Amino acid sequence: MKVKIKVNGKLFDKHIPNDMMLIDFLRKYGFYSVKRGCESSNCGLCTVWVDQKPVLSCSYPAARADGHEVTTLEGVLPEAEVFGRVMASMGAEQCGFCSPGFVMAVLALKREIPNPTEEQAREYLAGNLCRCSGYASQMKAVMQYLKEGYQ
Amino acid sequence: MNTVNQPIPKIDAQALTTGKGVYTDDLAPANCLIVKVLRSPHAFAKIKSIKTDAALKVNGIECVLTYADMPKIRYTLAGQSYPEPSPYDRYILEDIVRYVGDPVAIVAGRDERTVDKALKMIRVKYELLPPVIDFEQALDNPSVIHPEADYFNNFPIGGDVKRNLLASGGHSGGDLDAVFSSCDIVQEETYYTKANAQAMMETFRTYTYLDHNSRLTVVTSTQVPFHCRRQIARALGLPKSAVRVIKPRIGGGFGAKQTLVSEMFPAVVTMRTGRPAKIVYTRQETFAASNSRHQMRVTVKVGAMKDGTIRALDVYALSNAGAYGEHASTTVGLVGSKSIALYTPEAYRFHYDVVYTNTMAGGAFRGYGATQGCFAVESAINQLADRLGLDPAEIRLKNIPKQGAAMPAYLDGPLSSSRLDECIRRGMEMIGWKEKFGICRSDGKTARGVGMAITMQGSGIANIDTCAATIRLNDNGFYTLFIGATDMGTGCDTILAQMAAETLHCPMERITVDGVDTDHSPFDKGSYASGTTYLTGMAVVKACTELCEKIRRQGALKLGISLSQAAFDGDQVVSTLDPAQAIGLEPLAQQLVVGDGEWLQVTATHSSPVSPPPLMAGFADVEVDLGTGKVRVLDYAAVVDCGTVINPNLATVQAQGGIAQGIGMALYEDIQYNPQGKMLNDSFMQYKIPSRLDLPDIRVEFAPSYEPSGPFGAKSIGEVVINTPSPAIASAIFQATGVICRSLPATPEHILLGMAKKQGGAGA
Ligand code: FES
Ligand code: FES
Repeated sequence: MKVKIKVNGKLFDKHIPNDMMLIDFLRKYGFYSVKRGCESSNCGLCTVWVDQKPVLSCSYPAARADGHEVTTLEGVLPEAEVFGRVMASMGAEQCGFCSPGFVMAVLALKREIPNPTEEQAREYLAGNLCRCSGYASQMKAVMQYLKEGYQ
Repeated sequence: MNTVNQPIPKIDAQALTTGKGVYTDDLAPANCLIVKVLRSPHAFAKIKSIKTDAALKVNGIECVLTYADMPKIRYTLAGQSYPEPSPYDRYILEDIVRYVGDPVAIVAGRDERTVDKALKMIRVKYELLPPVIDFEQALDNPSVIHPEADYFNNFPIGGDVKRNLLASGGHSGGDLDAVFSSCDIVQEETYYTKANAQAMMETFRTYTYLDHNSRLTVVTSTQVPFHCRRQIARALGLPKSAVRVIKPRIGGGFGAKQTLVSEMFPAVVTMRTGRPAKIVYTRQETFAASNSRHQMRVTVKVGAMKDGTIRALDVYALSNAGAYGEHASTTVGLVGSKSIALYTPEAYRFHYDVVYTNTMAGGAFRGYGATQGCFAVESAINQLADRLGLDPAEIRLKNIPKQGAAMPAYLDGPLSSSRLDECIRRGMEMIGWKEKFGICRSDGKTARGVGMAITMQGSGIANIDTCAATIRLNDNGFYTLFIGATDMGTGCDTILAQMAAETLHCPMERITVDGVDTDHSPFDKGSYASGTTYLTGMAVVKACTELCEKIRRQGALKLGISLSQAAFDGDQVVSTLDPAQAIGLEPLAQQLVVGDGEWLQVTATHSSPVSPPPLMAGFADVEVDLGTGKVRVLDYAAVVDCGTVINPNLATVQAQGGIAQGIGMALYEDIQYNPQGKMLNDSFMQYKIPSRLDLPDIRVEFAPSYEPSGPFGAKSIGEVVINTPSPAIASAIFQATGVICRSLPATPEHILLGMAKKQGGAGA
């Protein structure tokens, strides 16, 4: 089938197999930040935005994104770099494989819930697994980033 | 110190948090053949026939390979130094399958869709053999899992493969019987630990191609590039010179990638077809067709006096190797040596058996046997304390070896550095031990308890592990640090650069880190056995120290002063007699590559006759729901002595991450099989790892000793951190409910049942 999907502001007018998932579409066209960690929609690594709302691109048919706007980590870079620096200053990322999905979820949280409590933030980010960090430093970085209202 | 012991951000942090394509699958060329593996649905079977003709006819299929196409060379997938202790018990493909998931055929084609289609068209006829699933039934079972004639060991490891016995052995000291018979109390208990999945977020993946000289290049997510090169060459019957291994960024390993899980399949395809090939494991394959922590049964007999003096320890471990023997004989060794040595018994014995079964092979997982031993021995000591009416923390303080003590049960040296006593005392303060231990804190709906445990690991493998580092002064005065150690997210690239910067008296920015490519990186056994900071770190210090000397010499030459009068302060070589006589590093480096210069580069190698143990105390405060048996860890406090902390931020996160994995092991991680040997929980849906809702804010502090044989006084941190949660949490559950968990994980069912039994017992 034919789809028109805007990714990070750029239009992709492409023929795709009907059952293609958004993650495979995005990686095919070079958005390598998008990672897969599972086949059961449990890890959150593949989180991107469709029309500014976070979705799991591993279980989101590319066809459904037809006519919509997709944002990956590559599309929010200045903002992600700022949060990345807060993470790095705490040593909060280890292997970094979970980072792209996690960062997309954190930036979505920032848009959706102004001044969340740590409890709310934990709930919101619960679907983003990380096997390396034990989460404590990640959460510290999230709360500091949100509190200090970086632009 | 300027860079060592500083919370320096990871040098790759920015790339990782902004999603740069730096991992294996991001780098693979688009024209790679896609490789997939047809896997056995049976736990034990002989292949009668494989029909591949229909699959081969699928448009876009490049090759379908079966056992008939494979070299008949036994090898092991274990990434260990040669000669590997792991038995050579594998072919790439064989006409016998030994677990559900064992490879049967390799298919390569244009794209995933094509390969999936072909996979469905392969017809295999199996003759089913009775599988051995229960490891306690494996020894002398009529089903012999490795009957092959060409099975072999590089050296004897106490196996008798006709009995399904892969390895056995042990060591002892003192007169055990005599000491036991003069103890006030002798307690014997048996503990069970389960197979756990490492569950790193990046699954196994590899791509391969032939370079312009027709050498096989293997780009892979591995912890052991040099061992990879050796094993791939062996398995494919190639000279080592024909194989090159490159490691890009790795999305976690935790030991799983110390075994060559995915490498052989695309390598075989590339050798066959001459074309680039790639395999990316699914999460399901990563769970069910790779390796896990070894499942074990550990019996601990402890003899003590009423005052808590521990006089004798006798530990026996039965380990389930699974279908293949990677890391089997070595992991089990740590069960005893890293648990008994935490005490100072007059007599001890440790012995073990390792058996084959028709389940997925075990492998390396952070802690590597020490974790299983820690659960058993620490649980036993906690129970002993309870029987004697003593405080478990005090019983440790009474019995642990002091710094400088000999440790007979630990074969890798004396306790050259330790502040374990302070780890325990500080941990008690952090958790509020004095206020909480032995106090019933129940509101009728929930009950709370605290528990603790201590542990040790090693720092590299004494006399075996070898690590090298190369440091080069480049022509405009910056350095390149070449390492063969593999940063799998742990931050070793960063901490090694910190050590280099410290030794070269320069800022971090002046050092770039390069690794790993077996064609130009110096040899390193790879990142495992907690060896990188301690061993590679020392190689870095040696190399940089020597480079400083070379720079000083060259500076003296250029200045025309005597060597004894030249000093190098990191920025310039200067005369100690006349500060006006100086040459900056940058002009010096530039001049060294013009005319009659010298390209300055030093490689240094390090290994150690000892493996100084990092030590740790962990304290858990848990809440048990008395209605459901569900356990919540409300607080976890840990104090670690890893020697000098090279990077406090990275060490803290390592510790928090390890403890999180330990909490998962304690409470829910358990690979299960049905009676036919099919894994029941091979997805994150069924095999739960801790999410951020399941964990408290894990609190970590350090009590650094100074290890004289380590770089800047450092020991290791990577593995020791996973060990304490399971015994500490089991003990806390006991404090809260009176239910003893001798078998991991501590499930709500077990706790509820235990509480019901106690009540029933009380009523009767
Ligand atoms: S890849 Fe795991 S949730 Fe999408
Ligand atoms: S940093 Fe490795 S999975 Fe999160």
